[in-house]
Amino acid sequence: MNGTASANEDTRCAVSSARHIHANPLHAVVHHRSLPGRHVHRMTDAPVVEFCGVEKRYAGSAVAAVAEVSFAVQRGEFFSLLGPSGCGKTTMLRLLAGFETPDRGSIRILGEDVTARRPYERPLAMVFQQYALFPHLDVRRNVAFGLEQRRLPAAEIDARVAKALELVRLDPAQFGTRKPAQLSGGQRQRVALARALVLEPPMLLLDEPLGALDLQLRKAMQTELKALNRQLGITFVYVTHDQEEALAMSDRIAVMNGGRLVQLGAPAEIYESPRTAFVAAFIGETNLLDGTVGELRGALREVHDAQYRIWCVPDRPFLREGAGVRVAVRPEWLDLCRPDAVPPGENALHGTVRDVIYLGETLHVVVDVGAAEPMRVALRNEGVLQNPFAWRIGDAAAVAWRPEDAEVLEG
Amino acid sequence: MSARRRLLRWFAARAPARAWALLTPTLLFLLVLYFVPVGLMGVYSVLERGTYGGVVWRVTGAAYAQFLDPLYLRILGRSIAMAAASTVISLLIGFPLAWAIARSGRWRRLLLFLVVLPFWTSFLVRTSALLFLLREDGPINAALLALGLIEAPLALLYTPGAVLLGLTYGYLPFAVLPIYASLEKLDPALLEAAEILGARPWARLRRVVVPLAMPGVVAGALLVFIPALGAFLTPDLMGGAKDLMIGNLVHNQFTSARNWPFGSAASTILTGLTLAGVLLYLRQREARDA
Repeated sequence: MNGTASANEDTRCAVSSARHIHANPLHAVVHHRSLPGRHVHRMTDAPVVEFCGVEKRYAGSAVAAVAEVSFAVQRGEFFSLLGPSGCGKTTMLRLLAGFETPDRGSIRILGEDVTARRPYERPLAMVFQQYALFPHLDVRRNVAFGLEQRRLPAAEIDARVAKALELVRLDPAQFGTRKPAQLSGGQRQRVALARALVLEPPMLLLDEPLGALDLQLRKAMQTELKALNRQLGITFVYVTHDQEEALAMSDRIAVMNGGRLVQLGAPAEIYESPRTAFVAAFIGETNLLDGTVGELRGALREVHDAQYRIWCVPDRPFLREGAGVRVAVRPEWLDLCRPDAVPPGENALHGTVRDVIYLGETLHVVVDVGAAEPMRVALRNEGVLQNPFAWRIGDAAAVAWRPEDAEVLEG
Repeated sequence: MSARRRLLRWFAARAPARAWALLTPTLLFLLVLYFVPVGLMGVYSVLERGTYGGVVWRVTGAAYAQFLDPLYLRILGRSIAMAAASTVISLLIGFPLAWAIARSGRWRRLLLFLVVLPFWTSFLVRTSALLFLLREDGPINAALLALGLIEAPLALLYTPGAVLLGLTYGYLPFAVLPIYASLEKLDPALLEAAEILGARPWARLRRVVVPLAMPGVVAGALLVFIPALGAFLTPDLMGGAKDLMIGNLVHNQFTSARNWPFGSAASTILTGLTLAGVLLYLRQREARDA
């Protein structure tokens, strides 16, 4: 699934809509207007979600909340919308859910244009940020709510509610009659999940669902959500501002900034070859060096500044002599060595240790190399207390990296 | 240490004493101005009437026996029906109004202000104003005549409808405010959750909005029903001779009829019925919540 997902990364709206005009005749007879109690997973080749040139501007706002966004989500994918607050990720989810209508562009779900449809006419379920459980209904009635709206027989509702509660590992006998106020944060989260999953939707939207949980529980729920995604085959569209969470769970991540989709790809792709300085800095930590492109020598291209001269792999089209670029290197791909012990063939910037930050698993050493920003080097912690060669503030040091470990970005 | 600091320290260490100190003014107020008069009324209701008003201190159940006369039972029944009708109408108007205000964004404060605006004038003045509106030569009849919809002025005043209008008009804000308070607290995410779970507008109202606004609806209903049940000014000014309500009956017994025990008995019955109704409701709700 990963393979097809990345292959489809650049879904062009023209292409995908053209395909749907001649799409298989099943589309014509599929109606979501009256949601069936149990979704039959149709054998269509359409992506679960398609955004085509979607734009949304809130009244009274000068800038678009979402601008010119196009992408597709494939069946069964765990798809994350990641970005800082105000980047438009929540608006995207609300557009998908139908709480907002786009000013321009269209949204398709399972190949059908749902742009003008109300939320209750869309084949999806959602887990809300603060869970939005009905405070006046007990756990059982909360979970049954969606099924009752579909007017299923009582016996079937009971059976499916019990099954859904078991799926999220809540004992129906113990928790079924409790009100939301009598539950812990983690239990509420599970009820919210059961309330959505009980509908057996083809797609589940999750709006920062783990934000209110403490770290331990959050980690546990991450694993569980991912397992549910695999086990049920339901497509997950997940909104988060937590890059670690997105990396840990997603098949693909859409990074958003200022209402635009800035990069779409698998976690490793996003982390290891970020396309912009924003992506590089937002996903994990990174060191950015500004410079000008210089001569090509052998397989390497020079990038220089008044302070330094480094070599990069010339794998980007904008690497022309004289162009301004930014070189991004992750802290963990940097080596820190004594000034006279730089490995041959590596870039090296000489400087002084300004700070040593002990983080447990890693040791961050901040080195002033004369650039605008000091460089941050992440070293695997091999025992500072026992190690006589540990770095101290004021030590002379060289920050070194292999040319292929740096990413050159447009300046 | 100053006396003031010593006093503060003494209270700081004694939470119950602090609570009693704060409650005392209210308790005294209630005792002197509520419990004593109501108790007195209860006592008067089982005494004999004095010839020129007042009571003779001989115990008797005559006043209660008198109330069982169909004439008086009809008045009680009419009062309950009238109060219930004005409560229902107040809720029917008040709920959508409160909902609209709660969702009106920046107009909210202005609209709330308009709801309480009538309280700036006395109830008597407002009721008299309604009187002018409904008179045979009032603007409503004038407008209907001018439009040619009627040929002779309608007798709008001194009818049960006029009393109902007066009661509803007078007590509507008491229904709007508590309902507004409970709707304003309603988390919009709950409505979105209901919507995405498949609930259409009507189902969202019935399954989410109304149940969550119920405390406000009940408070509003009680705040309209109780004063409407005991109303005497509105039926007196706007009702005809046949629109007598129990409030007028009580009023008459203490004034023109000079039958204090009977007036007291009618009051006691009214208070008892109201209290019983409220308690019954509260018990039922407790049972349902448990």
